[in-house]
Amino acid sequence: MWLSGKKQKHMDLLRFATAGSVDDGKSTLIGRLMFDTKTIFEDQLEAIEESSRKRGEDYVNLALLTDGLRAEREQGITIDVAYRYFATPNRKFILADSPGHIQYTRNMVTGASNSQLAIILVDVRHGVVEQTRRHSFIVGLLGIKHVVVCINKMDLVDYSQEKFEEVKKDYLSFISKVNIPEIHFVPVSALLGDNIVEKSEKMPWYKGSSLLYTLENVQVVSDYDFVDSRFPVQYVVKPQIKGYQDYRGYAGRVAGGVFKPGDDVVVLPSGFSSKISSIDTFSGPVEEAFPPMSVTMRLENEIDISRGDMIVKENNQPKVEQDIDLMICWLNEKPLQPNGKYTLRHTTKEARCVVKEVLYKVDINTLHRVEDNKEIRLNDIGRIRIRTTQPLFFDTYQRNKGTGSLILVDEATNTTVGAGMIL
Amino acid sequence: MDTINYKLSHLDILEAESIYVIREVASQFESPVLLFSGGKDSIVLLHLCRKAFHPARLPFPLLHVDTGHNFDETIEFRDRLVKQIGANLIVAYVQDTINSGRVAEETGANASRNALQTTTLLDAIEKNGFDGAMGGARRDEEKARAKERFFSHRDEFGQWDPKNQRPELWSLFNGRKNFGEHFRIFPISNWTEMDIWQYIQRESLELPSIYFSHSRSCVKRNGVWLGVTDFLNINDDEVVEEKTVRFRTVGDATCTGAFESTASTLDEIIDEVSTLRLTERGGRADDKRSEASMEDRKKAGYF
Repeated sequence: MWLSGKKQKHMDLLRFATAGSVDDGKSTLIGRLMFDTKTIFEDQLEAIEESSRKRGEDYVNLALLTDGLRAEREQGITIDVAYRYFATPNRKFILADSPGHIQYTRNMVTGASNSQLAIILVDVRHGVVEQTRRHSFIVGLLGIKHVVVCINKMDLVDYSQEKFEEVKKDYLSFISKVNIPEIHFVPVSALLGDNIVEKSEKMPWYKGSSLLYTLENVQVVSDYDFVDSRFPVQYVVKPQIKGYQDYRGYAGRVAGGVFKPGDDVVVLPSGFSSKISSIDTFSGPVEEAFPPMSVTMRLENEIDISRGDMIVKENNQPKVEQDIDLMICWLNEKPLQPNGKYTLRHTTKEARCVVKEVLYKVDINTLHRVEDNKEIRLNDIGRIRIRTTQPLFFDTYQRNKGTGSLILVDEATNTTVGAGMIL
Repeated sequence: MDTINYKLSHLDILEAESIYVIREVASQFESPVLLFSGGKDSIVLLHLCRKAFHPARLPFPLLHVDTGHNFDETIEFRDRLVKQIGANLIVAYVQDTINSGRVAEETGANASRNALQTTTLLDAIEKNGFDGAMGGARRDEEKARAKERFFSHRDEFGQWDPKNQRPELWSLFNGRKNFGEHFRIFPISNWTEMDIWQYIQRESLELPSIYFSHSRSCVKRNGVWLGVTDFLNINDDEVVEEKTVRFRTVGDATCTGAFESTASTLDEIIDEVSTLRLTERGGRADDKRSEASMEDRKKAGYF
């Protein structure tokens, strides 16, 4: 039966990541958030009640809800990023639940790379520790503009305002060196649910909102660049079917700016000029396309365009270079090889590159540049210079995450070893 | 610049992301395939694939791993839809795998062919030389699924290693592999059950009738209503009852639970889903075998 009806709730979407040291109560916080937003289903709750009982635990261990792998349950720690979903009437949330453990920092980078907001959890008794600094630095480096610092385990310090203010002050003095425009502080007890969904009566001195209210209402600055028009060609649509023999469309997702039919465009790297004749979708042509829409563009002239090329506006073009400086976060046990060759993926383009120079490494604790030891190992972050086999068309990561990010792939193992942000 | 005008709804964002992933699959793999079961998630995924390549036809075939224990409504629907959109459907039969002696049918009251599908799937992937298999799995379905990447690397035995997943950053998907290895790709990873229903409604997608409330002979087993079919062994102490039910998820008829519902329109289903207190897979007998049953099956090459 074909069904009619166009009823659709207009909700917006917030992608956020959690970070925090081991035992700061991150899994409990997430469990609590899901429990109190009624995202946990009865059968899931029964399953974790049963598991908690088997493990001889006194209370229902909400962390068991999020630790989905056998090895994680065995060790009681989160190893890999997991994605969780919940919704309130106006907003849908995608939560990248990232591990706090130092040896899995790379997974935290993975989880945070697509996030618009980060929750950083701090144990009020321990205050700002190395992992807090490391995660906050990564959050800043990844261009996340909103941070909510949850100062947890307030129940263990008698809900002391003084202790809260102390940690807050420490955090603010550290974070002044990191570029994060908006920071909220919320005193919470994840275990008991204080200030998670409802405002807690135990902390009348706290005038702010609960965590969930903050997440629901934070006005997230768009992560997209609507100014610089960038359309990396992903796939060429050439139907070999009746009625469409002459159709030639360039499919892709808009990485920046706004495109309209009639716009004068230039195709990189060829430099040929043309005009957009139409922007097509399955449901018909559209009047404009902007990030992150997936569309198919047609141009007035027949030009040779393939995957990896980029359609841009005549009067606003990206940088086109082969020598590129970037901040790299290393994700593999095998250290970065100076002069090593790697396969690189940038937008829809695959190329090769050689690492020309390691300029410095960052000391995550002090945020100082380390120039006497330039070996980039697992979880290290540093600045490198690469030379690519063919020119890339890019913007700085600060300006456009889509055209400013790249990954390095080890050619022997095919694994993704580096996450790069172009400077 | 005023960016208020440039806001998309959550369904538009999810759709754009999925189409992007699907196009990456068509671009990065030599011989991709779309796993299609006729269930609601694969119907949504198929629709997204059509959107991704419009006005061209799909640049890959569909593969249905057929346990032989189907609901008739699903197979009838599958064949009609495939014909309508001019797609190329390959069916791999679990029965053939059993006949060839590669797997043995389970015995006992709870016998199911669900686990046997893995061998049939891996054989079909190898035989047809597929190097990228897309499927409609969602991360919200199950806790082991919540851990999976969009691009999930499988070794030459088709195995998943949860401790050795490739980091997946931004929208940069790495599909490089050695000969004999393949990838599983999950373009609708970020969709929830509710998103699927809202999207089906928005896009006016047709579904097999068993998703809507109807009368059916059922038996209750391990707290789950199972539809009576020729493939279900009914124990002496089990009573067949006529129930008004619908299905939330459709798989092998021997382990897919029906549940009592009068929801017969999409509006009613959406209202119902928003108040349900059990997970979608709560009705899947195969998940209840142990705490890590999904993880273990996935490691072995299950979808």
